[in-house]
Amino acid sequence: MSSDNQQPFVTDSSKVGTETREARLSGQDNRFNSRLREAFGSSPFILTKFDKFMNWVRGSSMFMLQFGIACCSIEMMHTYAVKHDLDRFGAGVPRASPRQADVIIIPGTIVSKFAPRMKRVYDQMPEPKFVIGMGSCTISGGPFQEGYNVVKGAEEVIPVDIHVPGCPPRPEALIYGVAKLQERIANGESSPVTVKPYELEEFGDLERDEIVDQLAQEIDVEDLVMRYNWADSP
Amino acid sequence: MSVELPADTDAVQTPEEIADLLGDLVIGREEHLNAPGFVIKPDTVVDALRRLRDQAGFDHLSCVTAEEYEDRYESIYHLTSYDDRTQEVSIVVPADKENPVSQSANEVFRTADWHEREAYDLIGIEYDDHPDLRRILLPETWQGHPLGQSYDQDQPQVVPLREHQNPLLEDQKADNDSETMYLNIGPHHPATHGVLHIKTVLDGEQVVDLEPDIGYLHRCEEQMCQNSTYRYQIMPYPDRWDYISAGLLNEWAYARTAEELADIEVPEYAQIIRTMGAELCRMAAHFLALGTFALDIYGDFTALFMYSIRDREKVQNILEELTGQRLMFNYFRLGGVVWDLPEPREEFFEMTRDFLDDLPTALEEYHDMMTSNEILQVRTVDTGVLPPEVAKSYGATGPVARGSGIDYDVRRDDPYGYYENLDWDVVTEDGCDNFSRLLVRMREVEESAKIVEQCIDLLEDWPEDERNIQSNVPRTIKPDDDTEIYKAVEGAKGELGIYIRSDGTEKPGRFKIRSPCFSNLQTLPEMSNGEYVPDAIASLGSLDIVLGEVDR
Repeated sequence: MSSDNQQPFVTDSSKVGTETREARLSGQDNRFNSRLREAFGSSPFILTKFDKFMNWVRGSSMFMLQFGIACCSIEMMHTYAVKHDLDRFGAGVPRASPRQADVIIIPGTIVSKFAPRMKRVYDQMPEPKFVIGMGSCTISGGPFQEGYNVVKGAEEVIPVDIHVPGCPPRPEALIYGVAKLQERIANGESSPVTVKPYELEEFGDLERDEIVDQLAQEIDVEDLVMRYNWADSP
Repeated sequence: MSVELPADTDAVQTPEEIADLLGDLVIGREEHLNAPGFVIKPDTVVDALRRLRDQAGFDHLSCVTAEEYEDRYESIYHLTSYDDRTQEVSIVVPADKENPVSQSANEVFRTADWHEREAYDLIGIEYDDHPDLRRILLPETWQGHPLGQSYDQDQPQVVPLREHQNPLLEDQKADNDSETMYLNIGPHHPATHGVLHIKTVLDGEQVVDLEPDIGYLHRCEEQMCQNSTYRYQIMPYPDRWDYISAGLLNEWAYARTAEELADIEVPEYAQIIRTMGAELCRMAAHFLALGTFALDIYGDFTALFMYSIRDREKVQNILEELTGQRLMFNYFRLGGVVWDLPEPREEFFEMTRDFLDDLPTALEEYHDMMTSNEILQVRTVDTGVLPPEVAKSYGATGPVARGSGIDYDVRRDDPYGYYENLDWDVVTEDGCDNFSRLLVRMREVEESAKIVEQCIDLLEDWPEDERNIQSNVPRTIKPDDDTEIYKAVEGAKGELGIYIRSDGTEKPGRFKIRSPCFSNLQTLPEMSNGEYVPDAIASLGSLDIVLGEVDR
């Protein structure tokens, strides 16, 4: 490239003057003018990594699964509705079907009968999917931790990205949790799975022991089961 | 008193009269704090209950409590009357320790069906002649009975995830002409108000068989209360039974039972605060019932649901000022409330008055958009019909009973708190359909507003040096060994009762919760069979159940 080039390559777009740009900024075609356009300058292109772009998109438009379990779901409804209005943050479209949802908020206590169903609902969501654990019950079982029927936290069943503590958390707290999750998604961060979750497995695949022998009459070998080892629960 | 009493009205039954009526069925006597107890043999349950129902007017089987002792099992049938709530009797049925079998009361009271299934599930008593004795709250493959004495909580459990079978499939093969379709509703479904599973069998678009499958939120509330001390530890749990802002109403159920058990007085000033707080909770709970009903019926997420949430936010703000919490208040203490109204009091009164002043306009809006909405009328008028006799047999209470014309409200019929000194009415509607239940709730909001207004007037003029919010209560409460009591209050959904047996320690020996939703939900098959699927959904919405309370 010769040094006497009329139009040197400059990265500062405000110094680039072209006719197109002049025309656009002077208001001949106002439709295309915006603050964003001003910031971008003449170049109609943005250079970014595709992954980064997708992360930004994902974080900015999250479809929540309409999923109520217990007390926290009441505060969750309040978060979606007037006053708190989660939709302001691009995360307030509750979908009734897991197949259309990106995010599942787990609002309440998970008990032994429900955990396999919740796992199934989670499995039905398309990737990439994110999980918000709402309330103390999804952290540890909360006030019901000592119950004979209570799963000690959502992470025993599915991986959780963000925990929002509280019993129940206020709507403001849930919004903060959602915003944090959006930030993390936009940054492409993911959460490690901290415990080995209970899996749905075929009854025939379980290790044979006393309880399995007892139930052999009642459960088909091909039935999906979830086995709770309460003694090993945190 | 009026001299023109109807001829068939039974005078108050003394324990001796009941004993005479039961005659040689009685093998022993007990004394519960709320009612006389009669011990009968396990094979005479039907006979005894039928005599009491038909000849002494005990037509309301409020609750069935089961428990295991060192030497026996025991089922207690808590009977009362829809006409006179203060009439109570407990029928105690001991069963053999080795082979606990007792006769089912299902023949006399249909509500016994679920109550006895629960007793079988959690305690392990078997009921003879029960139509369908299966586990109800725990998964069907559960091993052991968790509230029994020999249960090992650490043993592993295996829970299957199976496809559900059409229960009518067998019949279908016999008749080739009709075909039925099995439809799962729930446990994850927007219209089930939580984690309820409804097994539905359809013939065309009509429901031919419907069975609610509960237990997806059974979080051991009774065990939690049995492991906690009376004085402080139990009180937070009631908030989480009926969690639709009905916290104070539930706390009152525990407070009332434990105060009567431990003989604790509550200062008048605290009773007024309790009454006010409880009615605010009732309004908030009914608002949500209205909002979600509109959501169920015609998918009104944008207007009515938002309006009801808006009004709930207002109530919650008031309750937050009062208690410090939005949802789980933990505000009552045995013997009173935890703290006085917030300072400056004038601001609190003004805030509450503002809400009450706006209420007529808000309710007018609700009426414009709901009750005068043609779509809603078509969907609710004359659908989900629940005749009063059926409702009584299932032990329905609260707005569900009052929507069927049953004039029954624990607040008036077995007064507590400050209700008897205030001017308000029990709302009933005679339609017996979904629309009536909706109307009852809307009109109850008005009645609650009347109560709150009167409470505020009283509180405002209360002399400053007489603001006694708590009586003197010992730090540790240890009621006498083997004292039994069953007491109920009017929760947002109906009669919320608690049975406590003390065992001489500072924790209850047995803590049993009688949930109104549990009984109300039992009426769903009666209301839905033969109707269309959407009408079944409307009926479910009109029952206004909350699964935390159904499953406990």
